[in-house]
Amino acid sequence: MDKMPAWADAVLVPLISILIAAVLSALVIAALGMNPFEAFQLMVEGALMKSSGWGYTLYYATNFIFTGLAVAVAFHARMFNIGGEGQAQIGGLGVALACLFIPWPHWSLALIAATLAAALFGAAWAYIPAILQAKRGSHIVITTIMFNFIAAALINYVLVNLLRPAGAMEPATATFPAATSLPTFQQMFSTSETVLFRGSPANITFFIAVAACIGVWLLIWRTRLGYELRAFGFSETGAKYAGISPVKITVVSMLISGALAGLMAINATMGEAERLVLNASEGAGFIGIAVALMGRSHPVGVFLAALLFGFLYQGGAELAFWANIPRELVTVIQALVILFTGALDNLVRWPLERAFLAFRPKGAQ
Amino acid sequence: MTFMQKTLGTVAALALSAGAALADPALVYDLGGKFDKSFNEAAYNGAERWAKETGGSYKDIEMQSEAQREQALRRFAEAGYNPVITTGFSFAEPIKNVAADYPDTKFVNVDGFLPEIPENVLLINFQEHQGSYLVGMLAAMESKSGTVGFVGGMDIPLIRHFACGYAQGAKAVNPDINVIANMTGTTPAAWNDPVKGAELAKAQIGQGADVIYAAAGGTGLGVLQTAADEGIYSIGVDSNQNHLHPGSVLTSMLKRVDNAVYEAMTAGADLETGKFMTLGLAEEGVGYAVDENNSELITDEMTATVEDAKAKIISGDIDVVSYYANDSCPALDF
Repeated sequence: MDKMPAWADAVLVPLISILIAAVLSALVIAALGMNPFEAFQLMVEGALMKSSGWGYTLYYATNFIFTGLAVAVAFHARMFNIGGEGQAQIGGLGVALACLFIPWPHWSLALIAATLAAALFGAAWAYIPAILQAKRGSHIVITTIMFNFIAAALINYVLVNLLRPAGAMEPATATFPAATSLPTFQQMFSTSETVLFRGSPANITFFIAVAACIGVWLLIWRTRLGYELRAFGFSETGAKYAGISPVKITVVSMLISGALAGLMAINATMGEAERLVLNASEGAGFIGIAVALMGRSHPVGVFLAALLFGFLYQGGAELAFWANIPRELVTVIQALVILFTGALDNLVRWPLERAFLAFRPKGAQ
Repeated sequence: MTFMQKTLGTVAALALSAGAALADPALVYDLGGKFDKSFNEAAYNGAERWAKETGGSYKDIEMQSEAQREQALRRFAEAGYNPVITTGFSFAEPIKNVAADYPDTKFVNVDGFLPEIPENVLLINFQEHQGSYLVGMLAAMESKSGTVGFVGGMDIPLIRHFACGYAQGAKAVNPDINVIANMTGTTPAAWNDPVKGAELAKAQIGQGADVIYAAAGGTGLGVLQTAADEGIYSIGVDSNQNHLHPGSVLTSMLKRVDNAVYEAMTAGADLETGKFMTLGLAEEGVGYAVDENNSELITDEMTATVEDAKAKIISGDIDVVSYYANDSCPALDF
């Protein structure tokens, strides 16, 4: 045995990383003359101690699950899709077109169509960088990030010139018809006596996100395609020797990745805003990278990491509402968590690994 | 005045101030942030002026994400803040969604548009094209090269609206003038990218522009800086930015968001709502800034011409076409 046990890798490393980030954040808060414990209490109370707080936490988490899964799937084929942002925005365009131009009798039908449209549009946006990588060797990191800007420009053009209702100043589509309105947690879980999740945007899409987690797990570890994908990720030449087409795997993994990122739009565009606005993805595509890194590209890990980031977003908002702290500080806290869980992973892993090896039972070679 | 009356008066005053403390106003800034030296900062200045003059206090917050808009409105309404004032057109829809749930709270939005305005909502709009027309005239009179520039933030109708008024004003002075208009970008980052603003300004200077109008939030600071470095003139926007580079900033197109916020806070819970308020030149909602930093740049002749145009716009003799009228501009192609 020359590694630490799997549970330590999956649980202990992220936990210690979060702890270090939390301590550093506390120091920053203290340096600004505030009580870090009170700040933490505010975050927990606002995000986890009441149902409306959970409603926001889960809403953000839903976005991050989709974008996190998108990055994770590509990671398994050793592809770095940082175009989740653009794919999600184009997915939003698909949702908007499906909701605005087809008169749906019921939200469930609209949801199915919007889901297909979001996945299709997101996948289509990922297809171009994928085919460029597979056939021409243009590096996927470069092309996907450039496609984020092209997506932003395209959405801007469409909203300003084509889909904006007459007279409106805001570059956004008209509000979707009421029939396409997705059931929110408030409608689903409130009883006549108690209103739960009041006013919060969490909606039925959360369950689609959970289903997507299960789907990705099945795909990666229980299908032939998933096996090919992982084999390609471990060794391209090995995969080629085994008869796996690099072009096919590159394109297919990116299509799945793009479709997952696009699905985020059902939550943000159809579930929350109920119209397509500029910048509908709000950086969730980038947070997805941190979520996938922290979740070790495993759906369970992605789910938990997405919850953590959902908590940070909602808790951060509460902090900004009631503690009079500058919003830049909230960004600093989020950045510290990303830094320690994503980028500085080995800072924790190496010492931990050494500690485990030093204390392993004798004879367990 | 008897003792009784005095006591009653004091009690009444105390009761009033106690009531006011319960119903503090709240101010919600758009994504650009509180200290953008421009639009949001103008709102902040108005609120500060109100707080200083009345000794009152208010709550303010900056947005971080789209979903927070509705959240902030609800949380402030639930906490009893009144009125809840928001800056930026993106708040119009969230206000429409929450207004009915909080009938006792008054919501104010600067720049927004709604086809139907709920009873407890006040939408304030500015005639930016009129103010931009006047600074366009000043730019054309100051320009020696016959080329003036415009740097916008994000390419959205509101900014085209600014550019369109500017181009009309410039062409009113000199029909042959060349107006170069550039937008910084298509993402919200375009509002806060002074480096790109500086590059666009340099490119426009390269094409001969010697006066550049920046309507680009924080990006405009880069435009103003470059203009000062290269020895040409610039025009600021929203807040009075003349002091940033005295002698180089020709003037600033004022959009008195500060006055709007100040007046909304002064009216407090008695604010008249359920309507659309348009502030133009006549209401001094927009204008051009002259102070000690630029008084030497604006000659008496220029002042006379601009004041004459201002009077004519107010009386209706000059019709500055709004970009919104039919989503196009007679003086400029985008």
